[in-house]
Amino acid sequence: MATIFGINLFALFGQLLVGLINGSFYALLALGLAIIFGLLKIINFSHGALYMLGAFGAYLGLNYLGIDYWWALVLVPIAVGALGILLERTLIRPIANEDHLYSLLLTFGIALILQGLFTHWFGSSGMPYAIPEELKGGTRLPFMYLPDYRAWIIVFSLSVCAVTWYIIEKTKLGAYLRAGTENPQLMQAFGINVPLIVTLTYGFGVGLAGLAGVLAAPVYSVSPEMGSNILIVVFAIVVIGGMGSIGGAILTGLAMGVVEGLTKYFYPEASTTVIFLVMVLVLLTKPAGLFGKEA
Amino acid sequence: MKLMRKTLIASALIAATGAAQAAEISDGKVKIGVLGDMGGVYADISGQGSVEAVKMAVEDFGGTVLGKPIEVVYADTQLKPDVGSTIARTWIEDEQVDVINGAVASSVTGAVTKVMTAAEKITLITASASHAFTTKACSPFNAHWTYDVVSLANGTVKPMVQSGKQKWFFITADYAFGHALESVASGVIKENGGEVLGAVRAPLGTTDFSSYILQAQSAGADVIALANAGTDMVNSLKTAAEFGVTDMVDVAGLLVFTPNAQALDPAIAGGMKLTTGFYWDMDEKTREWSERYMARMDGKIPAMPHAGAYSSTIHYLKAVEAAGTDDSKAVMAKMKEMPVEDFFSRNGYLRADGRMVHDMLQVRIKNADERSSDNDIFAIEKVIPGDEAFLPLEAGGCEFAMAMAKK
Amino acid sequence: MKNKKLNLVLLGLALVAPFALYPVFLMKVLCFALFACAFNLLLGYAGLLSFGHAVFLGTGSYVTGYLMLTYSITPEIGILAGVGASALLGLVYGKLAVKREGIYFAMVTLALAQLAFFFYLQAPFTGGEDGLQGVPRGELFGFIDLNNNLTMYYFVLAVFLFGFLLIQRTIHSPFGQVMKAIRENEPRAISLGYKVNQYKLLAFVLSATLAGLAGSTKALVFQLSSLTDVHWFMSGEVVLMTLLGGMGTLWGPVLGAGTIVSMQNFLASSPLANYIHVVMGVVFILCVLTFRNGMVGELQKLIRKNF
Repeated sequence: MATIFGINLFALFGQLLVGLINGSFYALLALGLAIIFGLLKIINFSHGALYMLGAFGAYLGLNYLGIDYWWALVLVPIAVGALGILLERTLIRPIANEDHLYSLLLTFGIALILQGLFTHWFGSSGMPYAIPEELKGGTRLPFMYLPDYRAWIIVFSLSVCAVTWYIIEKTKLGAYLRAGTENPQLMQAFGINVPLIVTLTYGFGVGLAGLAGVLAAPVYSVSPEMGSNILIVVFAIVVIGGMGSIGGAILTGLAMGVVEGLTKYFYPEASTTVIFLVMVLVLLTKPAGLFGKEA
Repeated sequence: MKLMRKTLIASALIAATGAAQAAEISDGKVKIGVLGDMGGVYADISGQGSVEAVKMAVEDFGGTVLGKPIEVVYADTQLKPDVGSTIARTWIEDEQVDVINGAVASSVTGAVTKVMTAAEKITLITASASHAFTTKACSPFNAHWTYDVVSLANGTVKPMVQSGKQKWFFITADYAFGHALESVASGVIKENGGEVLGAVRAPLGTTDFSSYILQAQSAGADVIALANAGTDMVNSLKTAAEFGVTDMVDVAGLLVFTPNAQALDPAIAGGMKLTTGFYWDMDEKTREWSERYMARMDGKIPAMPHAGAYSSTIHYLKAVEAAGTDDSKAVMAKMKEMPVEDFFSRNGYLRADGRMVHDMLQVRIKNADERSSDNDIFAIEKVIPGDEAFLPLEAGGCEFAMAMAKK
Repeated sequence: MKNKKLNLVLLGLALVAPFALYPVFLMKVLCFALFACAFNLLLGYAGLLSFGHAVFLGTGSYVTGYLMLTYSITPEIGILAGVGASALLGLVYGKLAVKREGIYFAMVTLALAQLAFFFYLQAPFTGGEDGLQGVPRGELFGFIDLNNNLTMYYFVLAVFLFGFLLIQRTIHSPFGQVMKAIRENEPRAISLGYKVNQYKLLAFVLSATLAGLAGSTKALVFQLSSLTDVHWFMSGEVVLMTLLGGMGTLWGPVLGAGTIVSMQNFLASSPLANYIHVVMGVVFILCVLTFRNGMVGELQKLIRKNF
């Protein structure tokens, strides 16, 4: 086997690739979170719960409605997005002008309720969800066996991230969006329905969480706990990337996946902590995050 | 000389009346407290199911013992040791609870048994896995019922090593339970001439196991052993299958509860061997009880801690009846004296150190085409006699029990 | 004058409470009340939201627990050591954190707390997931046996009163006034010549120290130190307690802690045990939507309006 300085290179490459796959999930989730924070200034602590809801949506769709994986990939994010819109209209809107702290606590409450209900309904052991037929199997690379579904995760989530980034940063629609949230009065005066934009943006952001949930269903256990485990890591990623920076969230998500992969190779016990170490270091040297603008 | 005899008789009389006074139920009822995880990661294997099983036991016993009513209370430990010990304290000091049944997660069980031992009350440990409660942390008031890490390792690991699977690699949950399981299993492997190539410690609640699976794979082991439980076990096994590892090496789940086995795709888990203290579909006796249980639990099949909760409760109540009192020491003596024989426990007895030794089952997870229903998940391969499955008393190092045995 | 009477009545109630209610429950309430008060000193009076405050509770708890278990020292020494360790950690973390503001401050404290959590999980002396069990309560000053729940209760009450009065004194001191000024208008405080960061740091260290005191005392009450005390969920819980009771009010955190602890105790042994998270979530939402000033805050508003 190829080794250098006593490091098994093949194993290391394997870890890096696996890190990149995890990074794709992080990127997708961080993207949704960054959109919601960047454009709406809401700290959405229910993001993890909505991701869990996406995975359960796929599971329930398959078992009760006969919706297969591919349809779930389209329908579930829309359903989760719709629920997000409902939550925004009924609960989050009334406190839109209060301190950020309140939206954080409110959405934390929503997360507790969702997680509690699903634990009650489905237990905590997790539900099985099979990999779709088309993506079973894998490719043997020189250094590892890459399952097709994992490759699909990378390709698909990166495409979604890229398209979203393009829409927000480069198109007219995106410009309205950014302007509408930065200076609502002015945009309102121009005849643009700002509250509608806010609602739709929130719906889109949580829809991304739902999408990540569907994507995760075949590889991780569909369980009520899945969201709370990943949430605070994704939070850290958004902060490291610079809160509100769309591109920053995507890149940091991928990078942190790789960093985690490396840690798992050298010191696995610390793999869940390394991201927080990076976060401390970044915040102490670059307060606004790697890609954020100093306010 | 005469005087001495008189005092002897007198003290015998006093002792006799003392015993007669003790032959009563304190505060007019027997109260059983069920401690479980009601809403967390172990809710499926303890939780409401254990409460229901204990209630069934009380009903089957007739609702009274020595003419006094039996009451059941329950509480959620939230898997926090401080919550667990507070509840135990409140129950003893404020609500006259006589015995605690359940207890899951070694941290919680440890805290609860400490409180119970200090108060000289019995804990029937029916869901926790660590063997510490009858070895290092043993107590004359512990009765460890359903299973423990040693019986799992002996049941699953030993036959595999003996059949020629020599090289092992562990994926271990990075906390006390995982470490205990790994070290016990490693011991069994080495004793039987096998070799442990290495281990990787994954934090509790890891979402992605692929990198650990890759490490295990590159180690070149014959068997990858999963020293974890619950969702962690399910996730690591799924990942192993996805990365094509299960086609090349054996994966052994060291602790698999029935709800976990049900959660796994039979295409992945089918054929895996594991050890359990109980399977609902073993014979007429287990089916009879399990069907009654399922009728009360929305059709969910019982996991081994549930059956253990029932069995231990019945045995406790029988001992109260036999002892004629609910005094913990007298009851525990009776529990250790009487054989434990019911649908759950076969050839069972409660040993001096508090270990309930009974036959364990080595089972294989059925493939999809073998299953007649969703609940039809295990095929029983072998019955492991209790004395082979559990750690011998002498090897455990439980001091009070060793002293008793010497006498 | 009225206030003094009220305080005396409350003190009287606290003295007789253990005869009506279960002492360990009351001690739990007092420990969390002190923790919430310490947290409130930072959030309510200095305007700093720390999302990792559990780390100080846990540090006090672990250090005291470890020392009491390993060496035969008296509880007051154990508590002092725990409090000292928390204060020291507060100084280090505070130095790093106070340079940041608002949400970034919250995130830095969260990240630092996660690092400490990892340390406590891995360090050999903490017992990992099992925690430190069977911590002896010992004999206070070498002759008062704390194993009696009633004695222990009065000791905890004394500790709580000490912390509470210290906080009250701090708030009404010139230092407290400057803190409030910083919270209301930081640039102005700077232009007035106050070294804002030093004030913030002092508030942070004081808050960490008192949180450590709560943790040390808690370790003795439950005879246990565990990871629960350092987990980020605990950091979230103390935010809820403070908010529910009323942040920036003296009595709010006490009431909030009492409510949450009672609710948890009640739910754990009720048919709603399965719904414990759901109920907590609903409380969170109701609290944010309907009474953001907390119970005490809303009450004060009501009194001000009507009298």
